[in-house]
Amino acid sequence: MTLHTFLTTSALALTMATAAAAQQTLVYCSEGSPEGFDPALYTSGTTFDAAGQAVYARLVEFKTGTTEVVPGLAESYDISEDGKTYTFHLRPGIKFQTTDFFTPTRDMTADDVIFSFMRQLDPENPFHNASGGTFEYFNAMSMPELIESIEKVDDLTVTFHLTRPEAPFIANLAMDFASIMSKEYADQLLDAGRPDMLNQQPLGAGPFAFVAYQKDAVIRYRKHEGFYREGLPKLDNLIFAITPDASVRYQKLKAGECHVMPFPNPADIEEMKSEDGITVQEQEGLNVGYMAYNTQQPPFDNPKVRKALNMAMDKQAIIDVVFQGSGEIAKNPIPPTMWSYNDAVEDDPYDPEAAKAMLEAEGVTDLSMKIWAMPVQRPYNPNARRMAELLQADFEKVGVKAEIVSYEWGEYLDRSKDVDRDGAVLLGWTGDNGDPDNFLATLLSCDGVGGANRSQWCYQPFEDLIQKAKTLPTQADRAKLYEEAQVIFKEQAPWATIAHSKVFMPMRDEVQGYKVHPLGLHIFTEVSLDK
Amino acid sequence: MFRFFLTRLLTFVPTFIGVTLISFAFIRVLPGDPIIVMAGERGLSEARYQELREQFGFDQPLIVQFWDYLTGILHGNLGMSYVTKKPVWDEFFALFPATVELSLCAIVIAICLGIPAGVIAAVNRGKFFDRALMSTALVGYSMPIFWWALLLIIVFSGNLGWTPVSGRIDLLYYFPDATGFMLIDSLLSGQKGAFASAVEHLILPSIVLATIPLAVIARQTRSAMLEVLGEDYIRTARAKGLAPIRVSGLHALRNALIPVVTVIGLSVGVLLAGAILTETIFSWPGIGKWMVDSIYRRDYPVVQGGLLLIAGMVMIVNLIVDLLYGVINPKIRKR
Repeated sequence: MTLHTFLTTSALALTMATAAAAQQTLVYCSEGSPEGFDPALYTSGTTFDAAGQAVYARLVEFKTGTTEVVPGLAESYDISEDGKTYTFHLRPGIKFQTTDFFTPTRDMTADDVIFSFMRQLDPENPFHNASGGTFEYFNAMSMPELIESIEKVDDLTVTFHLTRPEAPFIANLAMDFASIMSKEYADQLLDAGRPDMLNQQPLGAGPFAFVAYQKDAVIRYRKHEGFYREGLPKLDNLIFAITPDASVRYQKLKAGECHVMPFPNPADIEEMKSEDGITVQEQEGLNVGYMAYNTQQPPFDNPKVRKALNMAMDKQAIIDVVFQGSGEIAKNPIPPTMWSYNDAVEDDPYDPEAAKAMLEAEGVTDLSMKIWAMPVQRPYNPNARRMAELLQADFEKVGVKAEIVSYEWGEYLDRSKDVDRDGAVLLGWTGDNGDPDNFLATLLSCDGVGGANRSQWCYQPFEDLIQKAKTLPTQADRAKLYEEAQVIFKEQAPWATIAHSKVFMPMRDEVQGYKVHPLGLHIFTEVSLDK
Repeated sequence: MFRFFLTRLLTFVPTFIGVTLISFAFIRVLPGDPIIVMAGERGLSEARYQELREQFGFDQPLIVQFWDYLTGILHGNLGMSYVTKKPVWDEFFALFPATVELSLCAIVIAICLGIPAGVIAAVNRGKFFDRALMSTALVGYSMPIFWWALLLIIVFSGNLGWTPVSGRIDLLYYFPDATGFMLIDSLLSGQKGAFASAVEHLILPSIVLATIPLAVIARQTRSAMLEVLGEDYIRTARAKGLAPIRVSGLHALRNALIPVVTVIGLSVGVLLAGAILTETIFSWPGIGKWMVDSIYRRDYPVVQGGLLLIAGMVMIVNLIVDLLYGVINPKIRKR
C-alpha cells in the first residue's frame, strides 16, 4: 500500500466512522473558478454551473439533457391571446435553503419573483448596483425594453406584462439570469449593510445549498432537504474541485480523486474510452463554428462569390484535423439538435473545380483576401489558426490568395464588428436557451449589423421571416418560418458554416443518472453514485 | 546598521512610484478592452458600451484614472475586481498564503540541496561528481516547467500512486481557514491525517517550483566556492592543518555566500513567475494563477493591485537580503 493510498484510506475510514450514515459525495473536477455566485451578473458557463444550476431554481427549467422548457418553481403558466401577458402560477410550499448564514421564515411567494427581476430592471433598486453588476444577459435578452411591468396578483400568482409579443420569452426565463432569489434573505443582507454578499453567499431554492468556497480551490454544497422535486437531489454532498488543466483533470479522474470532469483534451478521448472504470458520454453541442464574409465589401457582396468559396472548402478535412473527429460538418446556421433544424437543406458540395469556374464566371480573378483566426480555443473552434491554414490551402487551389491575421481576443471581437472590416472572420456561437431566435436573430438580423452579425448581412426576406417567427405563439408555426429562413440563408451564404462540435463528458463508472446538457451546463440534481 | 536600513528603505519610495506607474500603464498598453472581452462573441450595442465605459470610469482621461488609482492606494484601497466584484486587497490576501507556503517549501528545498551540491561540486572540481551535478543542474534549469510537472504527476500520481494529483489537501478534510497556510491550519484543525495530507499535496508542486532555483543556487555556489577556494587564506587554513570539511564548510562557504544570497533573493521573483505555471497545473489556489486570469480578462484593478503587491513583496525580500549582506560581511554595512 502506498503512502498516499494509506493516508487517503485512513481519512476515508475516519470520515465514514464519524458519519451517521453512508453519505453520497460526488466530486466534480470543474474547469475554473466561478466569477461570483450571482448568476445574473455573469455570462460564463462555469459560473452558471456553480451558482445558477447548483444553488438556484427558476420559474421554468430546461429538462435535463434537453432544451425543452418544463415547469419549475411555477407549476404552470398562461399566455394571453395577444402574446403580451404571461401569468405564472407558483407551486405552493417552495422552500428556500437553510444555511449557516440564513434561516428562512416563509415559503417562496410572488414577492421573491418580483424582487429577482426588479433588482435587474430597476436602477433604483438597492441591489441594482450592489455588486457593480451589469446584468449582461438580462440586457442582451432585451428584457429592459421587453418587460413593461411585473404584477403580483396574489402570493402564488405573478404576471409579466410585455411591450410586444415575444415567443422566446419563456425560454429566456429558463436561463440562469432568471434565477429566483429570496427577498427575505436579500432584506437581511441589506439590513446588515452587506448587499454585496448576495454575490458571495448564494441562497436559493435549487437542489444544493452553498456551504463554502475557497477561491480557486474548492466549492462545497450539501443537499437542500426541502427541494421541490420529490426524491431529489440524490447526492448528500457535492464538491467542485477546481482543476484548470485538462490533463490534470484526467489524471484526477483516473486516480479516483474526482467522479466527473468536463472539457477533456480531444487527443485524450480515445484513451479515456478504453480506460477501465471510466465512461465517456457524448452529445452534439448546441453550437456552430462559421466563417463570416463581410457581405458589404466587394467581391463578397456577391452571393455567388461566397458560394464558390464555400465550395472550395474541404470541411471533412477540418473535422478530421481541427476537431480530431469530435465534430460534424455544419450545413445550417443552427445545430441539428435544435427544433426547426431544416435537414432538407443541402450543403454546398466540396468541388474546387466548380468553385474555380464559378469565380471566373463572376469575373473574380487574382482575389486576395484575409482570413481572421481567433486567438482563443472555443468548443465550436478548438484551433482557429490550424483551421485558417487549411482554408488558406483550400483557397489556394482555386486561385485565391489568403492571408491569415489574428489579434488579441478583445481586439478581435471589437475589430471584427466593423462594417468596413477587411476579410472573413472565423467565429462561432454556443446557444443560450435552445431557441432558434437565439442563433438566427442574434447573429444574422439587420439589428446585429455592426455588432454580433459579423457578416454585416441584412437581407430583407430573411429578416421578415425571423422577425415574424418571434411573434407567433406556437412552436410549429415558428418552426416553418425558421425552416424557410435556413433555405434563404443557404442560397445567400453570408457565412461558410463549418462545424458543430460534440461535447464529451468523461466520468467514473459509479456515476449514475448524469445527462450531458446541450447548453453546456453541468447539472447534478438527478445524479447518484453506485457504490 | 540602522542608517543602512534607513537608506535602503528610502529607495523604496521612487521604486514604489515607478511600480505604480508601470503597473497602471502595463495593462492599458496591452490591446483589448475589458468591456469587449466581458461581452464575448455576443457584443454590445454602442449605447450599452458607452454606458458601461462610464460605469467603469473609462470615459475619464487617463491622468484622472491614474490619480484616482494613486489616491486609492494611499488610502489603502486597491479597487474592486471587475469580475468578482470583490476588493483586490481581500482577494490577494485570500490567495497569497498559498503562494507563500509553496514558495517557502520550494526555496527551502532549493537551498538545502543547492548549497551542499554546489560545495561538493566545487571541492571535487573536474571529477565525475562535479560533472554529473552540473549537468543535472543545467538540465533542471532548462526544463520546461509545464512538461516537468505533468511528467511528475503521470509517474508519481498516475502510475505509482505515491502522491495526490493536485490541490492543497484531500477534499475529505474540511475546516475553515485560520491562517491560510494549509500546514498550520491542518494542524490547528485537530483532524487526524489532515497535516499528513497537506504535506503530501505539497511534495510535487514544491519539487517542480524548486527545480530552477535549485539549479541556479547549485551553480552559483560552485562558482563562488571555486573562487574562494583559490584564496591565500584558504591555503593558510589548510597549511594550519584544519580539517578539509572545516576549511570548505566554514572558511570558504561563509565568504562564498554573498553572491549565493543575492541569487536566493533574486529567486523570489523567479519563484513568483514559476508559481504561475506550477499553480495552474497543480490547481494550487495562489496569486500566480489569479494574476494570469486577470490579465486575460483585462481586470485592470486586479492586475494593477496584484503587480503592486507582488513588487512590494519582492522589494521587502530584497531589503532583507541587503540586511543579510551586512550580517554576513560587516564591511558592507560600514560602507
